Amino acid sequence: MKQSLWLAFDLKTRIFIALLALAIVIVPASALLTAPGSALNIPVYAIALMGKYLCYALLAVALDLVWGYCGILSLGHGAFFALGGYAMGMYLMRQIGARGAYGNPILPDFMVFLNINSLPVTWWGFQHFPYAMFMVLFVPGLLAFGFGWLAFRSRVTGVYLSIITQALTYALLLAFFRNAMGFGGNNGLTDFKDILGFKIDALGTRILLFCASALALALGVILARLVVTSKFGKVLIAIRDAESRVRFLGYRVENYKLFVFTISAMMAGVAGALYVPQVGIINPGEFAPQNSIEAVIWVAVGGRGTLVGAALGAILVNFGKTWFTGALPEYWLFVLGALFVLVTLFLPDGILGIFKRRQRPQVTVDPVGEAQHGDA
Amino acid sequence: MHWLRLLALWVAIAILPQNAFAEGPDTALARFAQHNFMESAKAVRELASDQWSGAGAVLAALSDNRLYYDAASKVIYFKDEKGTLHTARDGLPAAGIDVATLSPVHLNNAVRSALEDAKGSMTMVSADPVQRLSGAKDAFRAHDPAALPAITAELAKETDPEVKLALQQAQAAIIAASVDAPIAQRLDAIKVVQARGDDLALSVLSAIGNNAQGEVKTAALAATANLQATAAIWANVQNVYYGLSLGSVLLLAAIGLAITFGVMGVINMAHGEMVMLGAYTTYIVQQWLRAYRPEWFDASLFIAIPLAFLVTGFIGVIIERTIIRFLYGRPLETLLATFGLSLVLQQAVRTIFGADNRNVGAPHFMSGIFHLGGLSVTYGRMWIILFSILVFLGLQMLLRATSFGLKMRAVTQNRRMASAMGIDTNKIDALAFGLGSGIAGIAGVALSQLDNVSPNLGQSYIIDSFMVVVFGGVGNLWGTLVAAMSLGVANKILEPFVGAVLGKILILICIILFIQRRPRGLFALKGRAVES
Repeated sequence: MKQSLWLAFDLKTRIFIALLALAIVIVPASALLTAPGSALNIPVYAIALMGKYLCYALLAVALDLVWGYCGILSLGHGAFFALGGYAMGMYLMRQIGARGAYGNPILPDFMVFLNINSLPVTWWGFQHFPYAMFMVLFVPGLLAFGFGWLAFRSRVTGVYLSIITQALTYALLLAFFRNAMGFGGNNGLTDFKDILGFKIDALGTRILLFCASALALALGVILARLVVTSKFGKVLIAIRDAESRVRFLGYRVENYKLFVFTISAMMAGVAGALYVPQVGIINPGEFAPQNSIEAVIWVAVGGRGTLVGAALGAILVNFGKTWFTGALPEYWLFVLGALFVLVTLFLPDGILGIFKRRQRPQVTVDPVGEAQHGDA
Repeated sequence: MHWLRLLALWVAIAILPQNAFAEGPDTALARFAQHNFMESAKAVRELASDQWSGAGAVLAALSDNRLYYDAASKVIYFKDEKGTLHTARDGLPAAGIDVATLSPVHLNNAVRSALEDAKGSMTMVSADPVQRLSGAKDAFRAHDPAALPAITAELAKETDPEVKLALQQAQAAIIAASVDAPIAQRLDAIKVVQARGDDLALSVLSAIGNNAQGEVKTAALAATANLQATAAIWANVQNVYYGLSLGSVLLLAAIGLAITFGVMGVINMAHGEMVMLGAYTTYIVQQWLRAYRPEWFDASLFIAIPLAFLVTGFIGVIIERTIIRFLYGRPLETLLATFGLSLVLQQAVRTIFGADNRNVGAPHFMSGIFHLGGLSVTYGRMWIILFSILVFLGLQMLLRATSFGLKMRAVTQNRRMASAMGIDTNKIDALAFGLGSGIAGIAGVALSQLDNVSPNLGQSYIIDSFMVVVFGGVGNLWGTLVAAMSLGVANKILEPFVGAVLGKILILICIILFIQRRPRGLFALKGRAVES
C-alpha cells in the first residue's frame, strides 16, 4: 500500500516530499548538534522564519487546489488562513492564564481592559488543545461550506466569484477590527507564553513547530495530490476547463466545487494555526484582501495546477520579500508588482511550467477564460 | 461673520461728523475710568440702552482693547482703527496726547458678555435692515426678559416684514417663558416660536416644557414633540443626502471600472491607482497655479479635469497595449497583472511625492454651506453630486449617440459577432480601457476635494467600486448608477443605527447574498451572455 501510494506521485511531488523529509532531519540536527555561531548552525530566528514560509506554502497548496484544478480564483483564502490562526491564537491566549498583565486566570488581558466581565461564548472550550484544533478545521471549513453552498449553487463564477471572496475577507477584516467582536480588535492576539506546556520561544518548541509545519505541508501536498489524481480530480479539472459541459454530462458541479473549496479552506486554516505560534501574533491585518491576492501570486509564480510549484512559489516569493524588505525596502513593491505582471505575461505556468513546456507544446487558450472573455 | 459687519458699522459711526455726538451720558463714560470690571460692564449696559450716537464707537473700541482713560483727569479716549486717538465724549481727534500716559480699559468675561448683549440691542436700532435682522435674531438667541421693552418698542416702529417676524419671534420667546404673562398670551407665543421651527426654537420650547406648569407646559411639550418629529424627518432627509453624496463618489469611482469590465470582462485592479493619479494631477495643477498664476486658482479644477482625463486615459491605453492585450482570453490573470501594476504605481507615486498626504485646496465655489429647510447642503458635496451626474450623462451620450459607443456596445454584447461585422475589437478594447481609466482620473479630481491625496487613495475605493460594479451588473450603466446610489444611501441610513463599520459589514454581506440571487448583478445582459 505504501509502495503503491509513493508510486502514484509524479517525480516533482516525490522530490518535494523527500526534500521536506530531509528538512525535518537536517534542521533539528543542525540546531541541536552544532554550536551556536558555527557555520552549520541554523539560528532560532531562521527556524521560525522557515517555519513561516512552510505555512505560507501550505496556504499556497490549498489555493492551488481550488484555482489550479477547479478554476475557482479565490481572493479570500487569507480569511481561512486567518480564522485558523485566530483559533490557535485563542488557545494560546487561554494558556497564558494568570500570567497576563492583569493576572486574570480566565480572561485574556484585552478583555479585562475592555471591561468584558465574563468569557464570551465564542471563547468557551479553547483552553483544551483538541477542541482548539477541531475549531482550526471546523471554522474555516464551515465558512467555506456556507459561502460555497450559496455561491456555487447560484453559479457565481469567474470574476464575480473572485470579487465576492474578496468582499468576504474584507468584511471579516472590518469585523475583526471591532473590539465588540471580542477577538482583541485592532491589536489582535499576542504575548503568547506556551503551547502544550512548552515555552513558545524555546529552541525545542521552535524546532517542533518547524517540523510540524513541514509535516503538515507534506501531508497537505499528499492529500491534494490524492484528490486531484483520483476520478474526482479528473472531474474537477473538467469543471475548470468547461464547466457547462460537465454539468450537461450530468455531474453536480456545485457539489464538486463545494467539496474541494471546503477541503482547501481547512488546509488554509491549518496553515494559519501553525503560522501563529511561530510569528507570535495574529491580528485583523491578516484578513487584508491584499494578503489573499499575494497568496495567488505565489501560486502563479510557482506554477498553477502543480501543487508542488505553488509551495515552491510561496517559499521563493517570501524569501525574496524577507531579503528585499531588509536590504532594499523601497523596491520591494516594485519587485512584487513586476513579478505579478511578468509572471502572468511570460510565465503563465510559473517556474515549473518552464520544465513542462520542454516536454510538450503549451495549450495557449484557457477555455474558462475564453468563456469569460469571449462570446459573452 | 456679522460680528465683523457690526464692527464696520461701529467704525462707520465713529467717523461720523462730530456734531452727531450730541447729548451723552457722562456718568456712563466716567465708569470706565473707575478701573473696575463691574463698573465697566455697567457702563456698557448703560451706553447700549442709551440713544447716544457715540456709543457704537466706544463699545467697538472697548471690545478691541482700544479704549483708554486718563487716570488723573478721568477723561476717556479711544483709538480708531488707524490708530488715531479720539476723545470719547465728542469723537474729536485728541491731538497732543500720548497714548503711553493713558491706561487701557481692561476686559473680563463679565464685560465681554455685557458687550455681547449690547451688540443685539445696538443693532436692533440700526438703519440697515440686515443689521436689524441680525440684531433681532440675536435677541431671540438671548431671549433675555430685560430686552422685552426694547423689542416691543422696535416692533412698533419696524416696517421690514422679515425683521418684524424675527422681532415677533424674539418677543414670543420671552413672553412664552415669562411667568408673569397671561396664559393665553403665552400659548400664542409658544405657537409663534414653534412656527420658527429650528433648533433654537426647540431648545427654547423644551426649556419652557421643563419649567412651566399646567396648560403652558402641555402646549410647550406638544410643540417640542412636534418640532422633534419634524427634526427627525429632516435628519432622515439629511442622511439620504449624505447617502447620495457617498453614492455619487462611488459612481465616479466605479463607472470607469464598469466600462472596462463590461467591454472586456476584465476587472482592472489598477483602477484605484488611476483615481489616485487623477488626484495627483489636480495637486500638480494647483502647485503650478500657486506658483505662476495664483489668480487662476479657482479655475484649477476646470484645468485639472481634462488634464487628468488625458493623463490617466493615456496611461490606460499604454497599459492595454503593453499588458492587457497579451492576456486576451485569460481575464482572471489580467486581474493579477493589473494588481501588480497597481503596486508599482503606488510605490512609484510614493517614491516621487512621498508617502504623506498632499494638500489639495478647495476653490472658492467648493466651500461654504447653505440651508434648504432643515437640510444643510455643503457646496463641495453638491457640486460633486452634480458633477457625477454630468459625467454619467456624458458617458451615456457617448455610448448611445456616437459611432464609438455603438461599436463598444456591440463588442460588449457579442465580441465575435462584432468582429465579424468589421469592428476592430482590439482598437475598441484599447479605447475602452483608455476611456475607463480617463474617467477614473476625472473621479480622482473630484475625490481630491473630499479625501486625503496620498498614494493609498485608490486602495480605499477599489473594493467599494468592485461592489458597485458586481451589484449593478454589466448590462448597462444604469445598473452602475442604481447600485452606487443605493449602496451610498443604504450605508448612510444604516450608519446612525449600527455605526459606520458594522453598517459597512452588513452592506458587504447583503451584496454577497444578493449576488447569490442574481449572479450577474442588477442589470445583467440577457441571452447568450448569461452562459459565460
